[in-house]
Amino acid sequence: MDAATLELRNVSKQYPGAAAPAIADLSLEVEAGEICVLVGPSGCGKTTAMRLINRMIELTGGEILLDGTSVHSRKPSELRRDIGYAIQQIGLFPHQTIAQNIATVPKLLGWDKARCTNRVEELMELIGLPQEMAERFPAQLSGGQRQRVGVARALAADPPLMLMDEPFGAVDPINRERLQNEFLRLQAQVRKTIVFVTHDIDEAIKMGDRIAVLKEGGVLAQFATPAELLMAPADDFVEDFVGADRALKRLALERVRDIELWPARMVQVGDPNVKARELAAQSPTGHVLLVDEGSRPLAWLNERDLSFDKVGPHKGRVASVEVDDLLRDALSDLLQDQVLYGVAVDAEGRVAGILSVEIIAQFLGDQGPGHIEEAAAAADRIA
Amino acid sequence: MSFLLAQIELRDRTGGTDSCVLENGFCPTWIRENLSEYVEPTQRHLELVVSSVALGFAIAFLLALLAHRRRFLVGPITGATGVLYTIPSLALFALLLPITGFGFLPALLALSGYNLLVIFRNVMAGLDNVPAEAKDAALGMGLTENQVLRRVELPLAIPEIVAGLRIATTTTVGLAALAFIAGAGGLGGQILTDPNFKSNIVVAGGLCVVMAILLDLLLVVAERVASPWKRATA
Ligand SMILES: Nc1ncnc2c1ncn2[C@@H]1O[C@H](COP(=O)(O)OP(=O)(O)OP(=O)(O)O)[C@@H](O)[C@H]1O
Ligand SMILES: [Mg+2]
Repeated sequence: MDAATLELRNVSKQYPGAAAPAIADLSLEVEAGEICVLVGPSGCGKTTAMRLINRMIELTGGEILLDGTSVHSRKPSELRRDIGYAIQQIGLFPHQTIAQNIATVPKLLGWDKARCTNRVEELMELIGLPQEMAERFPAQLSGGQRQRVGVARALAADPPLMLMDEPFGAVDPINRERLQNEFLRLQAQVRKTIVFVTHDIDEAIKMGDRIAVLKEGGVLAQFATPAELLMAPADDFVEDFVGADRALKRLALERVRDIELWPARMVQVGDPNVKARELAAQSPTGHVLLVDEGSRPLAWLNERDLSFDKVGPHKGRVASVEVDDLLRDALSDLLQDQVLYGVAVDAEGRVAGILSVEIIAQFLGDQGPGHIEEAAAAADRIA
Repeated sequence: MSFLLAQIELRDRTGGTDSCVLENGFCPTWIRENLSEYVEPTQRHLELVVSSVALGFAIAFLLALLAHRRRFLVGPITGATGVLYTIPSLALFALLLPITGFGFLPALLALSGYNLLVIFRNVMAGLDNVPAEAKDAALGMGLTENQVLRRVELPLAIPEIVAGLRIATTTTVGLAALAFIAGAGGLGGQILTDPNFKSNIVVAGGLCVVMAILLDLLLVVAERVASPWKRATA
């Protein structure tokens, strides 16, 4: 099924007996195929906003349009079968196996048995659980595994809109990272419209195409892309919520391949040293990079290494990062190796360019106040 | 109480020459020779128990489903079935007999009536104990209220429902021993045909106990078959 557009128009929700409305007046437009993250402190109305969409809660004012049609024009049960929903408390059925749990909506939609079984296998694979676990009951899984099953169950019928309420809340950091990546990879293929609730700003920045920061009472403090949010927080509330390290957080938004790298000056064994010295002079690092026939880095060569006729074989330690790494992780790798630059390699290990701390500092400086200018001073080894 | 005595006809004991029998003792030989006398009362007893638990269950189950959707009915239904439960069986028979006459029917109605409270309470408890988030997720995925009931709530309530049935069944086996008063026969009548003869008491009483145990076992097995997840996670 294709992705749907979602629009909230002046939506309000007043719980009976509550002094103030949980959501006062919320308007939000989510484009088809986009992940919209709702983020905000506990009790600000994220879950409420989400449940208004699939009518688990009825709104008291305004309108919600799914693909331009009011959600109120359809029977709630039918509407909900088209909207994948992973609830905050997971809510697996204890009496059903994992496979049966996952196949809930497909069964409601009348899929035949073979199709259900295939889909369950596919999803087990996707969430990284072994197939034999499909025959277990929820109580025989860990909390994090259960949560992954909850996500699989929401995805099962391939709905055009997904509502996910803190879907990775109970997963440990390592698995969360993996699940987030899996989820983003999957999303890149299927391009669903997703409303994703979290109270973790880092998760919001990582997962969101756009982020809606909510304040108490469901007030929309800012609705922007992660980069905009980090570079130009709308007010003190957003700035506080985003955190003092927002400059660094921007490094989690870009990958090594997204920014302009220094060109690598490369030589191979047997190349004339004259040429190598010329290249070294042009290189911002002052060194040339010795590579093998497959363009894979072998060693950095300095003036002394180039004193003979031809480039000889060398062995050295070359710090490298992958072009698919997040800038944050790449910077962390460089610092870990105590170097100011490293070779960026592609998936096959071939040299793509040179990433330096200086480039990263420039990247941050270009788009906002630069905090680590001093670090850009020297482009040589620290040690 | 004349109706009561009308139901009892004292029986001539066969094998009157045996000294054990003459002394009202426990006589294995007599038991072996007369066991066939107990077949019909046992069948009758079993019929009474099964049909009254079944009827009681049907009524209490429907009442529980009703009260599950309309919570305000829980109090009144608990009250009404509770009152029914406290009426002494003799009084209940006496109330029913003018309407139904003697026989199977008044016993069935009275025994079913006694089952209502415990079964109703257990079905309610079972439905109430279903985790709220499982219901929430079910509704959120587009199951209708009825589908939630059939596919989520009732299966999860089975252990409590069966627990209610077990109590009801065991107590009914005992209570049904009084059914002969209403003219429904059963093992109770058999006891009173010769109440001083140990052999008779032991056999009739023993059959009641065995019946209770076997029915209970049957329900335990049924529960295990119907709720495999309980076993897998215990
Ligand atoms: N059923 C309800 N009845 C009355 N008030 C409610 C109800 N559900 C939520 N609220 C109130 O509405 C407000 C928003 O709640 P909501 O569950 O949407 O918060 P949330 O942003 O999802 O919080 P969290 O991050 O803790 O999950 C809270 O003040 C809460 O107390
Ligand atoms: Mg919430």
